[in-house]
Amino acid sequence: MKVLVPVKRVIDPNVRPRVKADGSGVDLANIKMAMNPFCEIAVEEAVRMKEKSIVTEIVLVSIGPAQAQETIRIGLAMGGDRGILVQTDMAVEPLAVAKILKAIVDSEKPDLVITGKQAIDDDSNQTGQMLAALLDWPQGTFASGVTKEGDKLNVTREVDGGLQTVSLSLPAVITTDLRLNEPRFASLPNIMKAKKKLIDVKTPADYGVDVTPRLQVVKVAEPKKREAGEKVADVDALIAKLKSVGAI
Amino acid sequence: MALDPETRQQLIETVRRFVNEVCRPNEQLLSETNAIPDAIVRQMRDLGLFGLSIPEAYGGLGLTMEEEALVILEMGHTSPAFRSAFGTNVGIGSQGIVMFGREDQKHDWLPKLATGEAIASFALTEPDSGSDAGSVKTKAAKDGNHYVLNGSKRFITNADKAHIFTVMARTDPDTPGAKGLSAFIVDRATPGITIGEPEKKMGQQGANVCDVVFDNARVPIANRLGEEGEGMKVAMSVLDRGRLHIASLSVGIAERLVEEITRYGSERKQFGKPIIEHQLVMGMIADSYAEAAAGRAMVLNAVRKYDAKDKITLLAAATKMWCTEMVGRVADRAVQVFGGAGYIADCAVERFYRDVRILRLYEGTTQIQQIVIGRELQRMAKAGEI
Repeated sequence: MKVLVPVKRVIDPNVRPRVKADGSGVDLANIKMAMNPFCEIAVEEAVRMKEKSIVTEIVLVSIGPAQAQETIRIGLAMGGDRGILVQTDMAVEPLAVAKILKAIVDSEKPDLVITGKQAIDDDSNQTGQMLAALLDWPQGTFASGVTKEGDKLNVTREVDGGLQTVSLSLPAVITTDLRLNEPRFASLPNIMKAKKKLIDVKTPADYGVDVTPRLQVVKVAEPKKREAGEKVADVDALIAKLKSVGAI
Repeated sequence: MALDPETRQQLIETVRRFVNEVCRPNEQLLSETNAIPDAIVRQMRDLGLFGLSIPEAYGGLGLTMEEEALVILEMGHTSPAFRSAFGTNVGIGSQGIVMFGREDQKHDWLPKLATGEAIASFALTEPDSGSDAGSVKTKAAKDGNHYVLNGSKRFITNADKAHIFTVMARTDPDTPGAKGLSAFIVDRATPGITIGEPEKKMGQQGANVCDVVFDNARVPIANRLGEEGEGMKVAMSVLDRGRLHIASLSVGIAERLVEEITRYGSERKQFGKPIIEHQLVMGMIADSYAEAAAGRAMVLNAVRKYDAKDKITLLAAATKMWCTEMVGRVADRAVQVFGGAGYIADCAVERFYRDVRILRLYEGTTQIQQIVIGRELQRMAKAGEI
């Protein structure tokens, strides 16, 4: 089975983001970037499936600036086989990403696409679903468990009421939730070997996709500073307090 | 061959992440249990840390000294006992084989050392032979196809886990001093070897040192490293590299301590403001930062010269001496900045204060480095090089 795993280059989750002074976005100048943690989980799942001989080839795709190649390299060091960089310096929205991925799926013909459920920069949580719709493939979103049964994949999903398991015919799209697995550290020998793996560089135009943004960012602002809490003496005081602020 | 900048950066960032996410949260546990959790040792093996300096042909990473130093600088940002788990495989335990081993010796041992499947220790120090390395008493007497080893080694790092030892022993009882010494690869399974109980140490809990006693241990002649009488040459070559390794570690720890005191100094308030704003405290933090930065520059200069195959003995001794003394000063200031809190057991700076004390002692004391530096300068003057 061939798997396609999209990986996004985002601000490092351990870095505290700062909003640009003019409120037009997050300041990325000299900020450490890393692979989106949900994408990391997607790569890890693909690598584990390869280790179990369910998967034979893992193709990684990143859509973004030239530096996104580093993100692909990390995935290759984790166990990916080759990469495709779709290079663009524009801010690419979920629909454009889904369209590019669809075009790549059409040419690569994978049996499975595993994406992160969302990227931690804009938290859209749309790409996987849009891709499944464009492809008209079944989808298992928010996966916390994936097992193969015959020619189907059982995907356990984290839903509000608990866990739901769906059975997907292949080809299919899976989006990963946080508890699916704990991604490995790429080993140092594999980081060195990853340099020798192939990364194809393409552009959105190669896939006939117009990535011009359809959304307009009106304003980006820092979250409101948390105010100091208040201690209350007992439950009665707590209830009175909650009532006074209209919380109950 | 040196790595391209991008791969090198990824390598260092991976080690940094491992230190931050795996080692640092377990420092307290390591200190309390006096052992590195097995799961972390496994992760170190999976990461490839045991094979940093072992050539790629034998399953290691074959890093240059500069690359090794950059990795060790990162490892310095956590309790040094973590580094010690693989330190002897990277440094003094394996380098004798890498530098002086025959092809069959390399083939037999290096792949296992690179993966961490086998642990290597370096056995030079004895109860009566510390800084005076040439006074080693352990004997290796030839008997047929074997040498028979008798004697005791002391303070041998990782001896309790070791599968092989690089042992310095006297092959020529009639030649006193360094010239009568030879180096051997000794399999731990050899009958006649006893490992003592781990010593109770001042710091670096989780990294053990033990006595190793040889009682008629028969070691095949084929296990000798280099020629008879070359023992000291093996030891000194290994130690030149080891000194740069320890200097890198010292700078890494100094950087961690600067981080600790900067954070604490910014949070802790006295007289109505963060203590970092009190100039006397500010001075200690500034001096520590500057010294750590100077140490990094010194280490990087030395390791680049090592990789360029410059003669390194003088600079390696100077770098080891300065960086280990420097981290001692920084650790002392760190406790001072923390005040009473820094004296409480298992506050990070209290631990590091104890951990760094050994750095000025092993791989040659500061005083031995001074002698190496002094003698080397004198030799250069005599040779007209100065």
